[in-house]
Amino acid sequence: MAPRPGFVLEVDGSTPPILFHHGEGFRLERLPVGRSRVIYPAEPLAGLKDPDSAIRHALEHPYDSDPLSALLFAGMKLTIAFDDVSLPLPPMRRPDIRQRVIEAVLDAAAAAGVEDVELIAALALHRRMTEAELRHAVGDRVYDAFAPSGKLYNHDAEDPEGMVIIGTTPHGEDVQMNRRAAESDLLVYVNINLVSMDGGWKSTATGLSGYTALRHHHNVRTMQASKSFMDQHRSELHTSNWRMGKVLREQGPKIFQIETTVNNNSFGTSGPLSFLQKREWEWSGKDRATFVGMQAGLKRMPSGARRKIFSSWEAPYEMTSVQAGDVESVHKVTTEHVYRQHLVPVQGQTDILTMGLPYICPYNVNSIMNPILVMCLGLGYFFNLYRGKPLVREGGVLIMSHPTPWEFHPVHHPSYIDFFEQVLSETTDPLEIEARYEKSFAEDEWYRHLYRTSHAYHGVHPFYMWYWGSHALAHLGRVIVVGGNPRAVRRLGFMPASSLADALEMASDVVGRHPTITHYHNPPVLMADVT
Amino acid sequence: MTGRERAPARNSTAATDRVIAEALAHKAVFITGSTGFLGTALVERLLRNVPELHLTLLVRPGRRVSAAQRARRELFRNDAFDRLRAQADASGESFEAMIERRVQVVAGDVSVDGLGLDPAGRAALAAADIVIHSAAAVSFDSPLDAAVEINLLGPSRIAQTLTELGVAPHYIAVSTCYVAGSRRGNALEEPVDASPFYVQINWKAEVAGARRARADADAESRTAERLRSFRKDARGELGAAGGPLLSAKTEQLRQRWVDDRLVTAGRVRAASVGFPDAYAFTKALAEVALAETHGAVPTTIVRPSIIESAFAEPAPGWIRGFRMAEPVIISYARGLLRDFPGVPEGVVDVIPVDLVVAAIIAVAAEEARHPRADPTVAPPVFQVASGSANPLRYRRLVDLVSNWFSEHPLYDTLGQPIKVPQWSFPGRGRVEGQLRRTLNVVTKVERGLNSLPLRGRQAELAANLEEKRELAERAMGYVELYGKYAECEAIYGVARLLELWDQLDEADRAQFCFDPRVIVWDDYVRDTHLPSVVRNSRARTAPPSRATESRPDRLRRQVLDPQRHFAAFDLENTLIASNVVASYAWLASRRLDRRQRLRFVAKTLAEGPSLLRLDRADRSDFLRYFYRRYEGAPVDMMAEDSAEMLSELILTRAFPAGLRRVRQHRAAGHRTVLITGALDFVIEPLRPLFDDVIAAEMTVRNGRYTGELTAAPPTGETRAQALFDYAAEHGFDPAQGVAYADSTSDLPLLEAVGFPVAVNPETRLAALARKRGWLVEHFERAPGFRHGLLPLAPAHQTSLAKK
Repeated sequence: MAPRPGFVLEVDGSTPPILFHHGEGFRLERLPVGRSRVIYPAEPLAGLKDPDSAIRHALEHPYDSDPLSALLFAGMKLTIAFDDVSLPLPPMRRPDIRQRVIEAVLDAAAAAGVEDVELIAALALHRRMTEAELRHAVGDRVYDAFAPSGKLYNHDAEDPEGMVIIGTTPHGEDVQMNRRAAESDLLVYVNINLVSMDGGWKSTATGLSGYTALRHHHNVRTMQASKSFMDQHRSELHTSNWRMGKVLREQGPKIFQIETTVNNNSFGTSGPLSFLQKREWEWSGKDRATFVGMQAGLKRMPSGARRKIFSSWEAPYEMTSVQAGDVESVHKVTTEHVYRQHLVPVQGQTDILTMGLPYICPYNVNSIMNPILVMCLGLGYFFNLYRGKPLVREGGVLIMSHPTPWEFHPVHHPSYIDFFEQVLSETTDPLEIEARYEKSFAEDEWYRHLYRTSHAYHGVHPFYMWYWGSHALAHLGRVIVVGGNPRAVRRLGFMPASSLADALEMASDVVGRHPTITHYHNPPVLMADVT
Repeated sequence: MTGRERAPARNSTAATDRVIAEALAHKAVFITGSTGFLGTALVERLLRNVPELHLTLLVRPGRRVSAAQRARRELFRNDAFDRLRAQADASGESFEAMIERRVQVVAGDVSVDGLGLDPAGRAALAAADIVIHSAAAVSFDSPLDAAVEINLLGPSRIAQTLTELGVAPHYIAVSTCYVAGSRRGNALEEPVDASPFYVQINWKAEVAGARRARADADAESRTAERLRSFRKDARGELGAAGGPLLSAKTEQLRQRWVDDRLVTAGRVRAASVGFPDAYAFTKALAEVALAETHGAVPTTIVRPSIIESAFAEPAPGWIRGFRMAEPVIISYARGLLRDFPGVPEGVVDVIPVDLVVAAIIAVAAEEARHPRADPTVAPPVFQVASGSANPLRYRRLVDLVSNWFSEHPLYDTLGQPIKVPQWSFPGRGRVEGQLRRTLNVVTKVERGLNSLPLRGRQAELAANLEEKRELAERAMGYVELYGKYAECEAIYGVARLLELWDQLDEADRAQFCFDPRVIVWDDYVRDTHLPSVVRNSRARTAPPSRATESRPDRLRRQVLDPQRHFAAFDLENTLIASNVVASYAWLASRRLDRRQRLRFVAKTLAEGPSLLRLDRADRSDFLRYFYRRYEGAPVDMMAEDSAEMLSELILTRAFPAGLRRVRQHRAAGHRTVLITGALDFVIEPLRPLFDDVIAAEMTVRNGRYTGELTAAPPTGETRAQALFDYAAEHGFDPAQGVAYADSTSDLPLLEAVGFPVAVNPETRLAALARKRGWLVEHFERAPGFRHGLLPLAPAHQTSLAKK
């Protein structure tokens, strides 16, 4: 049976309570009858039957490029860069797609007699990956062959020797790149595209870059002009990256881009969490029992244990496409594949948008979802998962459900802690934050030290999280968080509510007594095509 | 007699005549005790109301200040002189010039024979027409020997010195009504030993006894057993604070112990012969002694009762010091004294200070006008008291105070008004028993808490308890000291005083009022005394306003002020919740296999208690002992593993607010320095956080650590020395330094700087910090992160070398 597409449900008297993700837990909420609708994602597309041969086929039949084998020669300098731990979400079961692709590329390189090969985790200003995470991404074989001799490592955007300026765009944007990648005869980029923001020139122009270049598009002005940053044709973020790509194409290394897409099978079609991907009225008795049991169990657990259980979940993602060659040509195909899985047509905007936020976002893999990340996930990622118009009208209300604990990972997010304590306690206005504080955090020696030698996100990273939500902040009339730590929620500049009913009541003085409500149903993620 | 020609006595017929001022004009008056409550009022009044009078003040020089400086600072700056200052300004002659012209200050001490006068002082004394002795050890709980030297012998010493100088001015000795002892009934203006209730005591034997008691107590305090116990107590109070501080504390405890013994000796001795305390007892003997020793010096004794705030002069309510009734009243208003002993229908004999001053002046003037025929007669006695002429009942006083504080409550630290308790006038025994029981419980709980390794907020609770104990102790002290006065039912006769009053004409009465009958107690207590007491106590009389900065905020601002020069940080439990044992365990387990790890864990756990003991005894010994374990560790491996440990152990246990504070100091332009007993290679990854690092260093042989330190690790007083050296090297002033530390073993470091900050203090440090008003910070680990129970490294995989 072919997977069913996504659709919009009008809530009526027979609609069961709707599942809201709520961090490491869930809520079942009844939406008001007659004026609410729920957007459901499509069911997972079928994966490629034989991913390895598909990869080999793609490498030898690239778009607008010579086959990979023709680009490899003995004595060359080859660099393979790959997406970091922020993709995919949740982390996928072994073998990771990166492992499959890198092994194929290394086989080809070996066949061509290439000896000088280095592998770089293209993490830009993200935290360094740990050994376990690298092993998961590239596989033990690749890791053991390259890591001990220092040929497999994390990108370091603050290494003064390790970064070069490739050139400048006509808009005056510096194009910066990892020196090894820039000085290679061939740079192969191995990508996993989970959402439509990923890939394209963002892989190399951002992933292998540093603060010098990123500040040109990771800023409030750009993000507020990206409507949305998930729609590359209306995204100022992408336009800037594409300008940088042009410079890279002309002055940078030869790039061979390999992009892959996965289906949205985050929690499996069978197994303990499969009910998360089902429509509520289709829950079986077993699903209901599982849900009730899980809720009861989770309630009794300390937050650390809950976190551990969820972060150990590995998604049974399947590869739905792989394409290689010229960056822009490849990315066009990739985007079509992403849209095929994610796009759900929606007619018209709503007064209130509701969403349940999960336990994970790109920046808390094996970590803690702190309040700043909650803001970024809701107002950055989920809000922007639209094409055309935002799901909620301008001046409308966003209601998100998440426990928003006042918790931080001391190793991964040190600058977040200070951002939360020092910056957000003063102001939540993105422009003011950018003007007053960004430079001091970005150039801070201690954060730099922790980014380079420990496993900390760069000092400027919490600012980017805030900028990510700046389009939503400017668009929305009010943000309400259901079930969050009230102090933390207020610090974010949002309003805390203890239940959805309270939240709807609190929204009424912005949108009136009878607003329309749209619920963004996840998991898995979807992209609303709003007309 | 030299200097005794006086103006001819005048008939006081005209109502406008100012007889007293006339009688004393151009006289030279020699005063002791001028920096005291009564003395200050006396000096002020004489200068203001007897314009042509000259004063000589006997002032005991302080340890660092001369007598003249002391007089300037402690006497003339007092607000008693505000009126005089204003008058002087109006007259064109500055106050200072007037003082210079009319007052001579001589150094001296009534507790030594000959009064310790230099020739100039002796000349001034010899030239005096009137000598007023008001110096006394007024504290009711003075050590016996101090009370004897000052109170008992002081008056006789002055008389003897006058005799030696061959002069015989009118000598007025200020005593107290309570020389009558603890008894009921009338106490008249007669010599102490004239009372039928007086127990005959040889005052000379009493002097010898007191001196011997001091020598005995001192000798006992130096026995090995005692000294060991002082040392133990010092350690109990300060912990492992290092040699010098412990020594200073030990000596302080020894001296305090000797003093305490003599305080007890005084109280017990006084009680044994029917006096409420050593003060009344020594004053009584002083009168007996003076009767024997005054010789040809015409002597008068003035006995006030409990002197309280001024009725009218120099200003209504004027008071100096926090005296007898005041602490009791304030403690009551703070809800601290749940009850106080006393006989409700009994009389509280209180007399405003200005009435006492006026009486003394009137007595002096009377003698000047009508010198006694035979100066050797037994000194006449004047009592200045209210009990017989205008009694204030104890119940009335308590009601007045209670009503007043119900209308004008004090406020607690949370800004809530404090409700005053209702007293039930129980016997002293019951109140004392109740307080003692409370004290026992609190002391026991406190001792229990102190023995627990508490930190941060829990430790603050313990410190709170200590405060409770101190309050209970203080309440107990008040009851013991003053309870007897509230229970005293003696009525002090004032017949002779009133006789003197009756002789005065209107003008003198207006200017020098000493008639206790003028006081309307309700008005005096409500409108004069209580407002003044509260004002002087600086108690919180209004809820704190929101606009005002909280104390910690103010201290924090001071600490981060760009004016500061540097900030020094301790590491363990100040910036990270870890210690040398944890980091050793982590590094040592880094390369062990599973079975070895288990064995290692078992061994380390078994060693725990003995390590803890050693650490508590002496930090530096502990570190040296413990660091031996690093013997043979390869230097490069330690460097690599320490770098890993930053992420795996150090940062997971770091206090983000602490690290932020270091950075705030740097941002404020202060130089930051880490001073730690941890090994340098262990804290190497933290180096970028600080400008400088002072850590323990280990010698290296053939690329391996030897387990021996290159120098004494920076702990205890070594740490303070390291800080001084550091400050000197950079040209910093330690007074402009900030130091952060968590335990009393860091006390030398904290005391070395002008701005100490106690971080998550353990109980003892929490108590010290509270007492000294230091900033206390509670830095916590990042919320939400879960830690393994044991600080063990994850099994080592291939190291992730970079390029």
